[in-house]
Amino acid sequence: MRLRNVWVGAFALALAATVAACGGKQETSSTSAEPPPGATKVDAATAGEVSGTVALDGAAPMNEPIKMNADPVCVTKNTTPQFQETYQVADGKLANVFVYIKDGLGNYIYDTPTEPATIDQMNCRYHPHVFGMRVNQPLQIINSDPTLHNIHALPKSNKEFNNGQPIQGMKMTHTWETKEVMVPFKCDVHGWMNAYVGVLDHPYFSVTSKDGKFDLKTVPPGTYTIEAWHEKLGAMTQSVTLGPKETKEITFTFKASGPAATD
Amino acid sequence: MLHRFAKVVVGCTVLLVLAGSLVTSTDSGLSVPDWPTSYGWSMFTFPPSRWVGGILYEHGHRLIASTVGFLTIVLAAWLWVQDPRRWMKRLGFTALGAVIAQGVLGGLTVLFFLPAPVSTAHAGLAEIFFCLTVAIALFTSPRWIAGYSGEGDGSPYLTSRPVPAGVDDAMLRRMATTATVLIYIQILLGATMRHTGAGLAIPDFPLMFGHLVPPHWDGKIAIHFAHRAGALVVTLAILATSAHVWYQHAGRHELTRPASIIVALVAVQVALGAFTVLSRRDVWINSSHVVCGALVLTTSLVLTLRSWRVKFAGAPAAVRLKPDTTTVDAAATAHALRSVRLPATGARP
Repeated sequence: MRLRNVWVGAFALALAATVAACGGKQETSSTSAEPPPGATKVDAATAGEVSGTVALDGAAPMNEPIKMNADPVCVTKNTTPQFQETYQVADGKLANVFVYIKDGLGNYIYDTPTEPATIDQMNCRYHPHVFGMRVNQPLQIINSDPTLHNIHALPKSNKEFNNGQPIQGMKMTHTWETKEVMVPFKCDVHGWMNAYVGVLDHPYFSVTSKDGKFDLKTVPPGTYTIEAWHEKLGAMTQSVTLGPKETKEITFTFKASGPAATD
Repeated sequence: MLHRFAKVVVGCTVLLVLAGSLVTSTDSGLSVPDWPTSYGWSMFTFPPSRWVGGILYEHGHRLIASTVGFLTIVLAAWLWVQDPRRWMKRLGFTALGAVIAQGVLGGLTVLFFLPAPVSTAHAGLAEIFFCLTVAIALFTSPRWIAGYSGEGDGSPYLTSRPVPAGVDDAMLRRMATTATVLIYIQILLGATMRHTGAGLAIPDFPLMFGHLVPPHWDGKIAIHFAHRAGALVVTLAILATSAHVWYQHAGRHELTRPASIIVALVAVQVALGAFTVLSRRDVWINSSHVVCGALVLTTSLVLTLRSWRVKFAGAPAAVRLKPDTTTVDAAATAHALRSVRLPATGARP
């Protein structure tokens, strides 16, 4: 009798845990398709520009080496030693930094692009590694590799998804419901594959190129908080005031060691 | 034959626990995003050429689990047909229910992106299922049926001297049962730690952030600390139980054997736990820690069940168990029949 009670209790516990977990899914808030009352389009005639550079102060840490021998296809596609893409530094300038207007835009409306943003699984890497796109803009996910991948997005505000693409050339499309900086992607088949997307409800974002440069165009006059985000070094912000037709040049400098500071 | 088959199921379940722990250790739990299919294929026709990267671990785990599930169906049916003990028939179907529930939990944890409560329940039910298979193997063994009593009871190490009928030690029963429950709680803590990503929340060993007690706290540190504190409690409980066995029942090999084995296993387990932290969660060390924990639990379970054996009593029905009487010698059977204490108190064989 006692033994039976133990088993019954154990099953009840497991079942309760399952029910609790299944019922605890968070709802994500979605961005309304309706423009807010009083919202206007940006006047291109008075818009300015914020551009600049992201630099790294100090020696860049070594990127982690990658062993691809878990998949022969990946080994074939990458014959040279492979490393993570965490720190892409040239002449002290840092690439793959996501720079965007975090705050201060006020009540503007923007057309949602119909052209899809794209992320490609090619040579057992994600291309691009860091990118930005808009809420409700289609994201096209492609597998260009002759091996299978799963694309697993791990957002906090949007809905998580994990889809398999077992056949070369497969494509799928996804849209994000709400803004989120940043949404990580990972491939659970190939543990080294990771990428990040910044999802915004406005078009003012840029990813630094190899020379560390970024450019935010057609920005209306105003005072903005601009953030630069790096996958390992964290985020920094700067406040910028932009007059009509003005161009501002700013620089973010991350420290190679220690956590990033916020201005 | 039934007992041997039950032991095969136990062996396969150890492999299954290892495969499951490798899935978590390699972070491969979502490398096959669909369930019960695998990338759209039936699980059994998914081409081996595509078992690359994390898929090897996740899909391998699913295949081994399916095999264990099939073996459990056979075991339950076999018990139903051949074992005269009604509670054993029920135990067989309980094991079958557990392995089915375990499969469903495994599927749910994939479909819901590894929520910690479901993954932890999956790990916890795995241990319960493992315990069920071990218990079935024990209950179908000739020595269990003979009641671990008297000469020639089938034990290879109890042939030269008479041994009194089964040990009836209430203190031992309490200690062993407590130890088993504590080990299970400790395993649940460990599973919670693994599935909440708290395995390295305290990065040093044996100290914690250079202190005996962590100088700062958050949820993950608390879970990790609880697992370390639990290890201490469990170790003391096991040592106390084993010491009791050695001092009070030195001649009872059915008790001293698991009491010795479990002390060795705990020593290995503590070392594996330490090296898991020091190696920054090396895949094989981490997985071995999980498997060793399961072995500690089931060894303690065996000791516990043997300490309760007299409460099960012996009954003629038990020794008439056809498949197993072939492995029990006639003297043991005759002795068991003589020493039977029939269930006047309602105790079952």
